[in-house]
Amino acid sequence: MEKRVVFRSWWLPYVLVAPQLAITIVFFFWPAGQAVWQSLLAQDPFGISVEFVGLENFANLVADEHYLASFQVTAVFSLLVAGVGMSVSLLLAVFADRAIRGAGLYKTLIIWPYAVAPVVAAILWLFLFNPTLGVVAHWMRALGMTWDPLLDSGDALALIVIAATWKQVSYNFLFFLAGLQSIPKSLIEAAAIDGAGPGRRFWTIVFPLLSPTTFFLLVVNIIHAFFDTFAIVDAATGGGPGQATEILVYKVYKDGFKALDLGGSAAQSVILMAIVIALTVVQFRYIERKVQY
Amino acid sequence: MTHCSKRLVRALVAAGLLSTSALAQAQVEIQWWHSMTGALGDRVNDFAKGFNESQKGYKIVPVYKGAYPESMAAAIAAFRAGSAPHILQVFEVGTATMMSAKGAIRPVAQVMKDAGEKFDPKAYLPAVAGYYTTRKGEMLSFPFNSSTTVFYYNKDVFQKAGMDPNRAPATWPEVMAAAARIKAAGASNCAYTTGWPSWVHVENFSTWHGVPIGTRENGMAGLDTVFQINTPLHVRHWNNLREWSRKGYFTYAGRRSEAEAKFYSGECAMLTSSSAAQANINRNAKFKYGVSFIPYYADVATAPQNSIIGGASLWVMAGKKKEEYRGIAKFFTYLSEANRQAEWHQKTGYLPITLAAYEITKKSGYYDKNPGTDVSVRQMNNKPPTPSSKVLRFGSFVQVRDVFEEEMEQMLAGKKDAKAALDASVARGNDLLRKFQKTAKE
Amino acid sequence: MIENRPGLTLVTHAVLWGGVAVLAFPVWVTFVASTLTAEQVLAAPMPLLPGGRFFENYVEVLLHGAGNSEAPAWRMMVNSFVTAMVIAIGKIAISLLSAFAIVYFKFPFRMFFFWMIFVTLMLPVEVRILPTYKVVSDLALLDSYTGLTLPLIASATATFLFRQFFLTIPDELAEAARVDGAGPMRFFWDVVVPMSRTSVAALFVIQFIYGWNQYLWPLLVTTQESYYTVAIGIKRMIAGGGDAATEWHLVMATAMLAMVPPALVVILMQKWFVKGLVDTEK
Repeated sequence: MEKRVVFRSWWLPYVLVAPQLAITIVFFFWPAGQAVWQSLLAQDPFGISVEFVGLENFANLVADEHYLASFQVTAVFSLLVAGVGMSVSLLLAVFADRAIRGAGLYKTLIIWPYAVAPVVAAILWLFLFNPTLGVVAHWMRALGMTWDPLLDSGDALALIVIAATWKQVSYNFLFFLAGLQSIPKSLIEAAAIDGAGPGRRFWTIVFPLLSPTTFFLLVVNIIHAFFDTFAIVDAATGGGPGQATEILVYKVYKDGFKALDLGGSAAQSVILMAIVIALTVVQFRYIERKVQY
Repeated sequence: MTHCSKRLVRALVAAGLLSTSALAQAQVEIQWWHSMTGALGDRVNDFAKGFNESQKGYKIVPVYKGAYPESMAAAIAAFRAGSAPHILQVFEVGTATMMSAKGAIRPVAQVMKDAGEKFDPKAYLPAVAGYYTTRKGEMLSFPFNSSTTVFYYNKDVFQKAGMDPNRAPATWPEVMAAAARIKAAGASNCAYTTGWPSWVHVENFSTWHGVPIGTRENGMAGLDTVFQINTPLHVRHWNNLREWSRKGYFTYAGRRSEAEAKFYSGECAMLTSSSAAQANINRNAKFKYGVSFIPYYADVATAPQNSIIGGASLWVMAGKKKEEYRGIAKFFTYLSEANRQAEWHQKTGYLPITLAAYEITKKSGYYDKNPGTDVSVRQMNNKPPTPSSKVLRFGSFVQVRDVFEEEMEQMLAGKKDAKAALDASVARGNDLLRKFQKTAKE
Repeated sequence: MIENRPGLTLVTHAVLWGGVAVLAFPVWVTFVASTLTAEQVLAAPMPLLPGGRFFENYVEVLLHGAGNSEAPAWRMMVNSFVTAMVIAIGKIAISLLSAFAIVYFKFPFRMFFFWMIFVTLMLPVEVRILPTYKVVSDLALLDSYTGLTLPLIASATATFLFRQFFLTIPDELAEAARVDGAGPMRFFWDVVVPMSRTSVAALFVIQFIYGWNQYLWPLLVTTQESYYTVAIGIKRMIAGGGDAATEWHLVMATAMLAMVPPALVVILMQKWFVKGLVDTEK
């Protein structure tokens, strides 16, 4: 992990890291520190009367069933996005790995949704599933299915899961494909000679060998669902119906920016930051281990 | 950062500054943050343009800052950071929050007085101006776009279902009888829908039936108010909504104005929503429609009482230069001009804010030529308002509305019954009121 | 291939084309909607074949914008482009420098600095949004390209990637440079930067897309329409709470315009894109 050969200078390294450190301190540590400080205050929206309340904001959060419900929504949402997205991607990757002709074309046609902004993804799917205008909603009605994302929390959740998954499929696909292509063909041929069919070969050889990729993607997908889906929720459901799609990141924004409850929002920020730092450490350990192979 | 990209940033920033500052030479620039979109946004820009062309000293810069809650939040954040706009359009439910922010706003009455502009609070429609006036009679914000809830129905669909298109249902049971006929005749897929669920089915529902929304004159008389919306009458209405939704008579369309599109696209035959929806309905509807009073329950002795306003008013933020306040005052005078107000009222469906504008419109025969356009005004003035039907002034009402609507959604989704949803609304709403009371000392 | 089963090959292609179709369907509908009139879009269900208003609609949004947003789409696209470029280039520049320092020097607080940077790795701006807004506003950076981009340049992804890459550069090269008497910066410019070209290209693609797609941050820091980016321009066009209608045909035309540049970058620079994704592993 360390270079044997290093340069010596007592000032140059500091100059080199200075720009990055400056930006990190000004736009990361300073605001983060402010969030911690604000989480200990109660104040009116305009900041005219400010009062130190200690841990009261945190106590309120822990006692607030809606905050706890938001944790649950986030967990369900993340697992769905990860589960659905990874299954679909794996399926496509397995077949793309098989396809001899047109493999490059398929790859191109599958990876581009990565480039679509989350807010645009949300609007595309919202438009398809809009109960009034949506083409798909219309088909569903014609088939006699009920579809009401405005009232049915399951439907609303489905809508944001679809939008978030759609965006993530290309990412998962690329990693699965790379994982599949790195599996030695000789292993599979040996199994084929032993008479194992394609299905059996997949479950007994390919899938286990993919497990590092799968684990990595699981972490990445959950992080994606946790944090990168703000725009999707904001544009597609606004957290409703009820609070059925109010994920944690959305709640921070809503309580802080819409409801103007600065103390409560700051306390939520602090909790989220703690979660992220914990996840970062876990992932760092994982990446370090992988690199050392 | 490398040299090259630094220079790029600098050049771009300079270019951005140049393009805006070239226009603003020597003029006093007044930032006006608003939430008006579509045809209404065009009118806002027309106001600014008209004012800017009418004189040389001041320049109104209208900026759309998102929907009402977003724009308000952005302005508050900007205020804390010392970069608030001069004029901010705040929706009616944000009124209590703005009022309690003594150091952040400058009362309109004072702005006008300091600038020496002619200003007579009595010139404004009491039902409108009263909403933005303190108990002592000081007008705090400038009523800009006020509307109330009205009932719309599709006359073509009524005809198709074999009903008299010129007779609007007056009571809730009549509305639902009409819905049943419409569904049975297959005249329309969706019978009834509503915009702004809390505003229509909690706030205006209460005042229209002459019952309070909360104690202490709906919060006007003190911050120690509590909600009273879980009475048997409220429970009965919400329970009906739930039943109608289950039978397919009522289609829930969302918390804001989404229902209006469902009406003018012809999908839904009846709608309760803002009187200001008329501009868009006129533009988009391909059928004849009628406007009438919002329905009520005939067995409630105090109904119908009067409806209350929604919409927004213009707040002047504190801490600006004297010269800028003078420009703001001049702009408000410009906006209040009777003919301008009359035109605004007629084109948008918003209530006229001055009595003169109302008289001009009436004399011009506009109401006779366009039946239904005076429904909102007549409904507001149906009976002299009682202390609990005049205004509402609850703190954190933006959040409170969210709570009411969340509870309604849960009830409509079948997760709760009406009583439980309303009890929860009251309990959660009161929590927010107490929290507000703590930070906002009067 | 291990065995040749025509049936399986057929299934393979069917599944893949099915997947491609499902992925592309929303974009197709969007494209169709962007070529229709407002009335055609409102008539549920809308047609699924393009209409005749392609030219009119795109000219309308490009030159005049749509809905409440006065900002023409070309202006928003320029803003998105500038934002994306500054973020991508800025990140790469500061990360090359800091990674170089951390790998090639031993100095007090080295690991401390590394961790300080690293902790920011996944913390999205959404989580600390209010205080960050306050900071940017205190620095008078609202409504400026600096305010739009600078806070987003702070990210550890690139630093971490370059660190990993530098660790694979053979020690002999640095040794040789030292023997030749070349200073560290000379070594940086002549050896490290040229060798990193591939990583830089890969990272550029990823960061360009990241910058182009930013949403919440531009939403808050821009109040003037002249600074709107496409991502927020679109949200602005959807009537969220006002009393107006959404002009879906124009919104969809703008959505197409918002998608095309990053999608082109991904497709045309596919090789770098794939490498970028796999290397950064987020």
